[in-house]
Amino acid sequence: MERRFVDNLPPMDLMRSEKMTSVQLIIPVESAHRAVSYLGEVGLLQFRDLNADKSPFQRTFVNQVKRCAEMSRKLRFFKDQISKASLLSSAHPVIQSDIELEELERRLAEHENELMEMNANGEKLRLSYNELLEFKLVLQKAVGFLVSSGSHAVSERELDENVYSKDDYVETASLLEQEMRSGRSDQSGLRFISGIICKSKVLRFERILFRATRGNMLFNQASADEEIMDPVSSEMVEKTVFVVFFSGEQAKTKILKICEAFGANFYPVPEDITKQRQITREVSSRLGELEATLDAGMRHRNKALASINIHLAKWISMVRREKAVYDILNMLNFDVTKKCLVGEGWCPIFAKNQIQAALQRATFDSNSQVGIIFHVMDAVESPPTYFRTNKFTNAFQEIVDAYGVARYQEANPSVYTVVTFPFLFAVMFGDWGHGICLLLGALVLIARESKLGTRKLGSFMEMLYGGRYVLLLMSLFSIYCGLIYNEFFSVPFHIFGGSAYKCRETSCGDAKTTGLVKYQDPYPFGVDPSWRGSRSELPFLNSLKMKMSILLGVAQMNLGIILSYFNGRFFGSSLDIRYQFVPQMIFLNSLFGYLSLLIITKWCTGSQADLYHVIIYMFLSPTDDLGENQLFWGQRPLQIILLLLALIAVPWMLFPKPFILKRLHTEL
Amino acid sequence: MYGFEALTFNIHAGYLEAIVRGHRAGLLTAADYNNLCQCETLDDIKMHLSATEYGPYLQNEPSPLHTTTIVEKCTLKLVDDYKHMLCQATEPLSTFLEYITYGHMIDNVVLIVTGTLHERDVQELLEKCHPLGMFDSIATLAVAQNMRELYRLVLVDTPLAPYFSECITSEDLDDMNIEIMRNTLYKAYLEDFYRFCQKLGGATAEIMSDLLSFEADRRAVNISINSIGTELTRDDRKKLYSNFGLFYPYGHEELAVCEDIDQVRGVMEKYPPYQSIFSKLSYGESQMLDKAFYEEEVKRLCLAFEQQFHYGVFFAYMRLREQEIRNLMWISECVAQNQKSRVHDSVVFIF
Repeated sequence: MERRFVDNLPPMDLMRSEKMTSVQLIIPVESAHRAVSYLGEVGLLQFRDLNADKSPFQRTFVNQVKRCAEMSRKLRFFKDQISKASLLSSAHPVIQSDIELEELERRLAEHENELMEMNANGEKLRLSYNELLEFKLVLQKAVGFLVSSGSHAVSERELDENVYSKDDYVETASLLEQEMRSGRSDQSGLRFISGIICKSKVLRFERILFRATRGNMLFNQASADEEIMDPVSSEMVEKTVFVVFFSGEQAKTKILKICEAFGANFYPVPEDITKQRQITREVSSRLGELEATLDAGMRHRNKALASINIHLAKWISMVRREKAVYDILNMLNFDVTKKCLVGEGWCPIFAKNQIQAALQRATFDSNSQVGIIFHVMDAVESPPTYFRTNKFTNAFQEIVDAYGVARYQEANPSVYTVVTFPFLFAVMFGDWGHGICLLLGALVLIARESKLGTRKLGSFMEMLYGGRYVLLLMSLFSIYCGLIYNEFFSVPFHIFGGSAYKCRETSCGDAKTTGLVKYQDPYPFGVDPSWRGSRSELPFLNSLKMKMSILLGVAQMNLGIILSYFNGRFFGSSLDIRYQFVPQMIFLNSLFGYLSLLIITKWCTGSQADLYHVIIYMFLSPTDDLGENQLFWGQRPLQIILLLLALIAVPWMLFPKPFILKRLHTEL
Repeated sequence: MYGFEALTFNIHAGYLEAIVRGHRAGLLTAADYNNLCQCETLDDIKMHLSATEYGPYLQNEPSPLHTTTIVEKCTLKLVDDYKHMLCQATEPLSTFLEYITYGHMIDNVVLIVTGTLHERDVQELLEKCHPLGMFDSIATLAVAQNMRELYRLVLVDTPLAPYFSECITSEDLDDMNIEIMRNTLYKAYLEDFYRFCQKLGGATAEIMSDLLSFEADRRAVNISINSIGTELTRDDRKKLYSNFGLFYPYGHEELAVCEDIDQVRGVMEKYPPYQSIFSKLSYGESQMLDKAFYEEEVKRLCLAFEQQFHYGVFFAYMRLREQEIRNLMWISECVAQNQKSRVHDSVVFIF
């Protein structure tokens, strides 16, 4: 009768995995793509890979997969460019009409060409801008080397004077100036090259120049005021202006070659000051023009990027979907004679109607003459495990799956984990003040569920968001346990009435020595607040919590073993029940179940027995007299009987089952 | 003491040894090579490689691929791996890792000097250099006119400086002298590396001396074969052989007087470890000699991974990667030029 009762109970949804069936699909070619994409949207069919032995490029739809890969490369390129131009990605997905794959491909190719053209033009402009900017900087600084600073006011007539002395300047420089002014143009004596080079290379450059010219040169350098953008890496680079004075034609060729090798650009600086001013003015005006052109070009490019940006997220998801569809199509067998594709897979039984409906829609939408055949097939291998979870149970199922995924139709521990996991957390957390804070946090996460779900969160926030219902349950149970432990941020409160203890005298002088007396009924719910701060607080609370944990733990272990009984009944395996469940129950309960019984008895009778002592000597010397550790009559013979039962249970659970299985196996 | 490295090796180099063994597990297998050899176009090769460790490097290349792009990106992966290891290494492993790249530096120097001699543009030559062998002032090599200047201007700052003492002459650089310079530098480098490994002691010394001896012997044979029929005198030839390895010193005497390939073969067959190399070739054939040497080298490199707690695994990994990139280049070239029948001529399987 009891058996009928258990069997007639309604099945729990999450307790066992969904019943699956192996199916075969025969799809005509013209509706194949649509069928697979609609099936993808339903999301309840798992295809088996029938072409597992073929390499990736021997499969049928390899060209389409290549096209999708190419498109996603272009999309990555756009994303890269957009982030480099520091445009924000648009958060609102624009609802637009769907476009076909070929159309998308064409548009992507167009956009890419456009973008690359604009980039190339921009680069050219930027190069000439850089050149002009460098020329301006060189003019600025080199002028300082050639003419002494502070002589702007000197008119050209004064330059004809041979004698010129400037106190601030280095002596050698003034000598050079004299020499240069004495014979201004077309000297065969001292000449100079002025240019600009990256600051990081200046030291080595100077050293190599020194070596190449055997020390017959003078190197002057000054930092440039502005930074120049390097077109390749789009970073601002610091540059240094230099002027090299040398003599001789050979030295000139060497120095030019070395400049070229180091990537230094040199610009001719005229010695005449009027020409210098003229050229500076020209360069500045051209720079202004180029800047305007560059800005216009960049704005144009950013507009193009912005227009791509609006659609980008949608395009990326579309291409990924197409690639997934073609990957699945690659798993199907192409039946050339019948002009159709054959696929095999698993689906849950409840989903069969949905899948049929999707297939019918696909046939209709693709105007195919032949319908898609969908029928059940027998399969040798065991079906996959599928649990239908909602957003609440999903987190718990994931936690359980992390330890191991259940076999097909095995009892699912996550049903119980929904309560035991947060509850055991709460037993450890145990503070209703902190519990309220945790509750508020979990409620915030749940309230903003929809908003947070669409955004991309950091890895930590993602973990918190995924476990928001776990946190909710944890907080509720923590409040409960906090009330039991009577801790609000570790401070006890008298919520449920007054304490049951009072001092012997009103002055409470010996409160800490002899202790308080109990004068009324015990505190109704939880630990009495008088315990906090007393001398025996820790021994009391520790003992309480440890005994409570043992009770909870043994209960949970018993639950696990009972679940294995239900599994045994479901799979009809009496071997499991007789040689696994029964001895396991006996072993667990004769030792730890007995301990739980002792704990409850000690709590109820208030005995002073030492339970450590009882259990340890139950093993070491079971026949000894218990003395003051006796909790009830007949304890000693009971202990001996339980010990013997435990000893028998061990070989009972370990040995018969393997031998019987071996015998069954060899008989087959 | 040899044998107790297990106690202390992991303190400094355990992480890197694990990393390098992980990289080694990602080398292409014979199944991969079979699939690659069946590819019809370069796009197929790219698609197949995207499933291997080269995937992230090749995935952003636009569709009409060139063989040089494939090789470049794969070399980039090798450089990234190397740089990561070099950053994390402490002494003496960091010096060991740097030693591995000196060979590439020598090759780059010779490349630029030869290119300058033939009036090529410096930037173009720089692009052809191997990235592992780049150093800062490499572009200045184009300025030098003779070896003394080469040394004085540029190489004195580089780690190649001590190798130059034997080959500084005042002669101008021409093709013959450049080759002699390359081989002299390489000889000095190998001897220096050998001494360094001997100083490290333990399993590193044993395994690296085996690998380096094979390298030295291989170079000796190649020098002998390449200088048959040139103006190089016997004494000069002997000066180019390293002073360690199986052939030292008696084999070198015999190799120096060889005048054709069969005599070289005769010398080699006197040494049992090298008998198997020539056994695959018929008399008078020298094209397959390279491949035979590569196969023997790969075999020894794979053996280096069998032992733990030594630095030889780093050297072996770099060499195996380079061999893989050579294989990929050969396969890509064959596919690009539609000569798939010759693919197996030069591909050396690692596993």
